[in-house]
Amino acid sequence: MQWEAVIGLEVHVQLSTKSKIFSGASPAFGGAPNTQACPVDLGLPGVLPVLNAEAVRMAVMFGLAIGAEIHPYSVFDRKNYFYPDLPKGYQISQFAHPIVGPGTIDVQMENGETITVGITRAHLEEDAGKSLHTSYPGMTGIDLNRTGTPLLEVVTDPDLRSPEQAVAYFKQLHALVRYLKICDGNLAEGSMRCDANVSVRPLGAEELGERSEIKNINSFRFVEKAITFEIERQIDILESGGKVQRDTRLYDSDLNETRSMRTKELSDDYRYFPDPDLLPVHLTPEFIAEVKSSLPELPEARKTRFTTELKLSDYDATWLTGDPEVADYFEAVLATTDDAKLTANWIMGDASAALHRDDLEWIDCPVPATELGRLIVRIKDNTLSSKLAKTVFEALWAGEGTADEIIEARGLRQLSDSGALGDIIEKIILDNPHQVAQYRAGKNKVLGFFVGRVMKATQGKANPGRVNELLLELLGSWGQSKGAE
Amino acid sequence: MANIDINHLCRLAQLALNDAEHEAVRGDLERIIAMVDQMQAMNTDHVEPLAHPLDANQRLRRDEVTEVVDRERYQLGAPATQDGLYLVPRVVE
Amino acid sequence: MNEFASIGELARGLRRGDYSSVELVRHYLARIQNNASLNTFISVTEDEALIAAAKADQTLQRGKAGPLTGIPLAHKDIFCTQGIATTCGSRILENWIAPYDATVVARLASAGAVLLGKTNMDEFAMGSSNENSYFGAVLNPWDNSRVPGGSSGGSAAAVAAGLIPIATGTDTGGSIRQPAAFCGVSGIKPTYGRVSRYGMAAFASSLDQAGVIGHDAQDLAVVLSLMSGLDPRDSTSSDHVDSWLESVAESGLQPIDEGLSIGLPGEYFKDLGEGATLLEAAAKELESAGCRLTEISLPHTDAAIPAYYIIAGAEASTNLSRYDGVHFGYRCENPKSLQDLYQRSRSEGFGTEVKRRILTGTYALSVGYFDAYYLKAQKLRRLIQQDFLAAFEQVDLIIAPTTPGVAFHTGDLTGDPVAMYQQDIFTIPASLAGLPALSLPCGFSNGLPIGMQLIGAHFSERQLLETSALYQQRTDWHQHHPEVA
Ligand SMILES: [Mg+2]
Ligand SMILES: [Zn+2]
Repeated sequence: MQWEAVIGLEVHVQLSTKSKIFSGASPAFGGAPNTQACPVDLGLPGVLPVLNAEAVRMAVMFGLAIGAEIHPYSVFDRKNYFYPDLPKGYQISQFAHPIVGPGTIDVQMENGETITVGITRAHLEEDAGKSLHTSYPGMTGIDLNRTGTPLLEVVTDPDLRSPEQAVAYFKQLHALVRYLKICDGNLAEGSMRCDANVSVRPLGAEELGERSEIKNINSFRFVEKAITFEIERQIDILESGGKVQRDTRLYDSDLNETRSMRTKELSDDYRYFPDPDLLPVHLTPEFIAEVKSSLPELPEARKTRFTTELKLSDYDATWLTGDPEVADYFEAVLATTDDAKLTANWIMGDASAALHRDDLEWIDCPVPATELGRLIVRIKDNTLSSKLAKTVFEALWAGEGTADEIIEARGLRQLSDSGALGDIIEKIILDNPHQVAQYRAGKNKVLGFFVGRVMKATQGKANPGRVNELLLELLGSWGQSKGAE
Repeated sequence: MANIDINHLCRLAQLALNDAEHEAVRGDLERIIAMVDQMQAMNTDHVEPLAHPLDANQRLRRDEVTEVVDRERYQLGAPATQDGLYLVPRVVE
Repeated sequence: MNEFASIGELARGLRRGDYSSVELVRHYLARIQNNASLNTFISVTEDEALIAAAKADQTLQRGKAGPLTGIPLAHKDIFCTQGIATTCGSRILENWIAPYDATVVARLASAGAVLLGKTNMDEFAMGSSNENSYFGAVLNPWDNSRVPGGSSGGSAAAVAAGLIPIATGTDTGGSIRQPAAFCGVSGIKPTYGRVSRYGMAAFASSLDQAGVIGHDAQDLAVVLSLMSGLDPRDSTSSDHVDSWLESVAESGLQPIDEGLSIGLPGEYFKDLGEGATLLEAAAKELESAGCRLTEISLPHTDAAIPAYYIIAGAEASTNLSRYDGVHFGYRCENPKSLQDLYQRSRSEGFGTEVKRRILTGTYALSVGYFDAYYLKAQKLRRLIQQDFLAAFEQVDLIIAPTTPGVAFHTGDLTGDPVAMYQQDIFTIPASLAGLPALSLPCGFSNGLPIGMQLIGAHFSERQLLETSALYQQRTDWHQHHPEVA
C-alpha cells in the first residue's frame, strides 16, 4: 500500500524580550541555577503575574507578518498539571482565545515548488524550568531560570506531507522570526523548539490516522530525522496489521529513534480555565496599526525587490534574504557601490567564506559594509585587480585600516597607465627575442609567458586587461616593423 | 447527579487519601455537589459568563529587568537543594 | 490606658505624650499574652515590634507622625511578611518565611504602624468558624464555647478582646464580615481591586480582597486609605482614583449629612429570627437620621452559594497546586518517588476542608463537567451582579444581615460542610459581584453580638463608611466589649 504522512508542527518560539513574560526577572541564557528566578517565577505564595507589553507586541508583529487575524480580545488560561519544573502546578498559556488567529506561511522548497502552510493559531505562554537528571544519584535537580521566559507557540494545520516539507517550514519560520527580531533563532540554546504531530494514512484517504506527538525537537536535522523515523515506525505497525496508539514521544538523537514518554500519561486532563490573576487583553485598532507600521520588510518582499529592482538572480536573492543580517549587510554595502551583482558575489564568496573560516556570525563581520563598498568601487575604477582586491579584503579583515588606506600603504594600486606599462612591456619584449620569434611563428600560447613576466615585474599590480591589450599591440607592431625589414 | 470518581480527582490533584478519608470525602463531595446542582435548574440562557467582578483590561508591564534575584534567601525554606538546584526523587522520562 | 480605644484616640494619646508607642506596644503585648487561651495569634513578634515602636517614637518626637504612626497592628497570617513566618493557618507552611512583604504589609509599615504579630485563621482562609486552623481553633471572646467566625477569626477576636486595636483580614466570601459580626466589631471588605492582592496567599483570586477589622468605621476608613490603591504588581488592582479616600487619612471621616436611599432586599430577611428585629431597628435609626428606606429585590440570591463554591473551589484547586513539597514548604519524610512526594506532602500538609475544596474545584474543572459547573457558575455570577447593579439604579446602599444568626458553638457544624457553607449566605453575593461591604455591630441576642451589613456599589466605600459613622454616632453598639483578662 502507498502511505501518506500527515504532519503538523507546534513550534515554541522564545521571544527575545529583556524581561520575562510575567515578571521582571531576566530570561538571559546560561546563568547559574536558579539565579534568574524571582518570587513570581518561583510561584511563591502571594505572587501575581503582570504581562510584559513587549511580548504582546512581538506576538502581534508575528501575526501581522503572516497576514493572520489579530484577536482584539485574548485571554490567558491556566493549564494544570504537576511537574517539578512547573513551580505553580500550572502553566499560564492561552487556550480558548489565543492572541493570533488563522494565517498562512508560504514555504519555498528546494526544488523550487512553493507550499502554503496554514497557521491555526499562535499564542503566548510561559516556559517551564529544566530538570537535570544526571549529577545526583537517585535525584533530579531543578533549575527554574527558564521559568517564565516568554514563548510564542506557533501551531500549523496538518498541512505538511513529508519530513522535507516540515524542515523547510521550520527553516522558513526561523528566518521569519529572525527578520522580525522577535527571536534570536538560537536552536542550540533552545530558542526554537519543535513538537511534531505525525500520523500516516493510505494515500488518497480523507480520514486522518491516529497521531503521535514528538516533543521538543531542537534542530533542523533532528526534525527531519525524528519525523522520518516516526513515519516509518507507524507504517511498520500498520503494515503488520497493528494500530498506532495515540501517544507522546521523545526523539533520542543518539539512537535516532522516538520513544514513548510515560511521565506525561497522568496529565490528560489539564483543566484549562481563565487565569483569575490576569485580565483579558484588549488590543485597540490603533495599537495594531502602530505595530503594523513598525514591521520590517519581510523576506519575500525583500527577495522580490532584489530580483526586480537590483536584477539579481533568483538564486542570489534567495541566498541573500535567507538571513536578515546578510541582507542588511548587503544593502549597507550597496549604499557605497551600486554594483549589486559584484556585491552579491563578494558576500556570497569571499566574505561568507571568511566568516565560516573564523566561525563568526554576520553581525560580527570585521569588515565594515562601507569598506567592502569602497573596495568594490576600487575594482570598478580599475584601481584594483580582483587579485589585489582579495589582498585588500584580507587586510580589511585583519583590521589594517580603510580600503583606501590599505591600497595606499601597501602600494596596491593597479598599473593601468599605458605609458609606464608600455615601457615595462617593451623592455620585456626586447629581453626575450626567442619568445618573440615563437609568437611571430604563430605560437599564440607564448602570450601567457609575457603576461607572467609583466605581472612579475609589476609585483602583480598590472591591470591584466591593459597588459593583454598592450602586449597584443606591441608584439604586433614589433612583428610588423621586423617584417618590413 | 453524576458519579464522582474520587480516585481520578485525587490523581489530578495529587492527593492520597486512606480508606476512611476516602469514604468521608465521597460523602461530603456527594452532598456538596448535590447542593451545587441547584444551579442546574436556574436559567442562564444568553448569559455571558463573568470571570472578573470588574470589567477591566489587562495592564501591561514595561519590558524591563526589575528583579534582583537572591537565590540563597529564596531557598532558605526549600525542602532539599544542592548546588543551587531544587532536588526531587529521580524523574524518569 | 483603654484597651478598647480607637486608633484615633490612641493617636491623640501618642501625640499628647500620654504614653509612648513603646509603652502602648508593651501594653498590648501583655494583653495578647494574658489572653493566649483565645488562640488569636499564630505568631507574636515582640522584638521586632519594640524596635519599630522605638522608631515610631522618634518620628512622633520630630512631629512627623501620621495617623498610624506608632499604632499597634496585627496582620492575618495570610499576608507575607519578610523575615516573619507566614503560615496561612496550614501545616504545609508551618515553617515558611516569606522573602518579601505583601503590598498591604509594606504600605502599613511605611505609614508607621507597628506589627505585633500574625493572627490565626482558617487554613488558607477556607472556613467560617476558625476551626480549620492547623494551629488550633480561635475562641469567641464573648463566649469561649462559641466560634469567632472565619476565616479572619483571629483578627476579629483579637480586636474584640482588646488585644490589638486594628487588624487586617481577607474576605473571599465573607471572611471579614462574618467574624466581625460574630465578635461584635466592625469590618470592611472593600471593592474588589481596591486593595492589592500582592503578597496575600491566594484562595480564590477573583474573589479575594484584603480589608480591615477595627472598633469603628472611622478606624476602618483611616487604615483602608493607607493600604489601598493601584499596585503595579497586581494586574487586578484597580486604577480607580478616589481623592476622598486619600483625604481620609488626613482629615478623618465625616458622618454623611445627606439623606441616602437605602434598600432592604426581601430575600435577605426571610427566615431571620431575632436578627430581623435588630436590623429593622438599625434601619429605622438611619431613617430617623434622614435616610429613605426602600424594599428591593435581589432575585438570584439563591444562586450565590452554589456558584460561589464552584468558582472559589475551582480557583483554589489550582492556586493551591504550588504547595507540592518541591520548592518551599512542607515535604513528607523519605519520599520514594516524585508521585509519593507530591501525594504525601500535600495529604499530610493540608487539612480536611482544604482537601475537600481542592477536590470540589478539581471536579468542577475536569473534562465533561466544566460547562455544567464552572461556566454555569460564572453565568449565575453575572446574574447576581446584574441584580445588584439594577438595585443600585434605585438605591444608594443596601442593608442586610451579615449572618443568619449569632456565633454558633464550636463543633456544631464541623460534621456538615454544606450546613457550614450556608453560614455565608448573606456575605457571598456581594463577594461574587465584587462590591464593597461592611459589617457593624447593631445589637445583641442573648448576650451575643449581631452584625448589620451595608453593601454599596463598586467604589462606594465613601457612602458605606460615612453612613456607618453616622450610625455609630447615634448608637453605641460598637462600644460594647466582652469581659476578658
Ligand atoms: Mg503544544
Ligand atoms: Zn506550549
